[in-house]
Amino acid sequence: MLIEIVIILVKILAVLGMVMPLAGALGWIERKGSALIHDRIGANRASIYGFAGAGLVNTLVADPLKFATKEDVIPRGADRLLHTIAPCINLFPVLVAFAVLPFGDVLLVGDREINLQIAPLGIGVMYVLAMMSLGVYGVVLGGWASNNRWSLLGGIRGSAQMISYELPMGLAIIAMILTYGTLDLQEMARAQGELIWGWLPAWGIFYQPVAFLILLVAGIAESKRIPFDLPESESELISGYFTEYSGIKHLMFFMTDFVEVIIVSGLVSTLFFGGWQVPYLYSSGFEFPWGASIALPNIAIVLLQIVSFTLKIVFFCWFQIMIRWTIPRFRYDQLMHLGWLGLLPIGFVNIVATAVAILATQSA
Amino acid sequence: MTLLTFLPLSALIVIFALGVILNRHPIRSALCLAVTLFLLAVMFVFLDAHLVAALQIIVYAGAILVLFLFVIMLLNLEADIPQRRRRNLTIAATAAGLVFAGVALRPFLGSDAGLPGVGMSGPVPDTFGTAAAIGQRLFTHFVLPFEVTSVLLLVAVLGAVVLAKKKIG
Repeated sequence: MLIEIVIILVKILAVLGMVMPLAGALGWIERKGSALIHDRIGANRASIYGFAGAGLVNTLVADPLKFATKEDVIPRGADRLLHTIAPCINLFPVLVAFAVLPFGDVLLVGDREINLQIAPLGIGVMYVLAMMSLGVYGVVLGGWASNNRWSLLGGIRGSAQMISYELPMGLAIIAMILTYGTLDLQEMARAQGELIWGWLPAWGIFYQPVAFLILLVAGIAESKRIPFDLPESESELISGYFTEYSGIKHLMFFMTDFVEVIIVSGLVSTLFFGGWQVPYLYSSGFEFPWGASIALPNIAIVLLQIVSFTLKIVFFCWFQIMIRWTIPRFRYDQLMHLGWLGLLPIGFVNIVATAVAILATQSA
Repeated sequence: MTLLTFLPLSALIVIFALGVILNRHPIRSALCLAVTLFLLAVMFVFLDAHLVAALQIIVYAGAILVLFLFVIMLLNLEADIPQRRRRNLTIAATAAGLVFAGVALRPFLGSDAGLPGVGMSGPVPDTFGTAAAIGQRLFTHFVLPFEVTSVLLLVAVLGAVVLAKKKIG
């Protein structure tokens, strides 16, 4: 009993220990990415002994310290209680959503099998949806409790946007549930270890490219970043729903956006890119389709899987940052059009097509 | 679910439910309702009904309540309503509450062994509360109520569209 609690605690610490620094690092990667796309030199003022990459250390250590020691201002007339808890309500659901993302297969320690997933819930992917749907409260509350019209506008825009894009997201996930026949993300990741035609990894992207696009677009909209950043658009609303936040609370809102980027990357990797799967790596080692094979111990396989999952997540984080600096912000009507008249019908058609295809293959 | 989890959880649910009706401010009321619904989902988790818990959060806490908040914020509802209406509302609400309490308490007062769920105890089967089990029940045993509900929702959607169209012109 005690050992099981310890194992779960270690898993939680391991996941948070990966997510939080990555979220911090994304702040720096984003500045670097922006410089890259703008074709200018950027984010190179914090070098330590001439090493510009030290800006990463700066973002991870100095920035949080600076935020934490700044004065926390609550505007006059604001709802003090709600103003204070709004950033927590914003950050909490996104962080706990990581509980069901599997980051590896089974780790063998002695005769104990450790499932590398914090919470092996049967409803897996539904749990992620549920938690992401709670994320809207932080935005609404932050906007309302600040007693500021820009904040309120941002909160209202945010709630409408997040509810609108939850639907296509759910539709894309339903198509994936149909494809894999399970709700459990660990089962989905395992199912992607098979091969198509004997050489192509059976990743979700090859079955459901349309669902992938829908999920990616809806996911970026959920994280409220450019081109979907109407709730916080600087040129119109100063900073939207977190205009009136300073110090550590501002940092929490800021972090939430990056953690959302990571959870969207994690979800996309798990559903469409094999999760922790490494192509041709099985529970005994590599078995290549041309006949060669390399036997590996369990610990090496698990490490490879964790590295694989991490790399996929980092890639999609980078991809989202590239999108952020490439595409300009939508107008509000374009945003609603894309969600309700673009993604939603495509999502419905995709579900029907998936169901028909599954029926056809089953009866054949 | 043991008393150790049930008692604190239900106490919290009752406290937040009271918060819904005792708060003067509509936004705070709506928030208390959101917390109540979230805690109900927690209760479902302890009762092994994981899918129902997820649906509870996705549908009620994550969508419907957000729309409540949205409307309250957009209309900027007054914190107070006129004294006269308040008295009438209090009377109506008390009557409705008493009727509901009577219905809810009936299985505990009389010998209504026929009501579903009364007298059920012991461990639940492995498939209890899974998406597969609920889906199978929905599409076999409860297929008529299920379809009727979907027609009802369709009618509501159409009604909303018609009302909105009129306003646009």
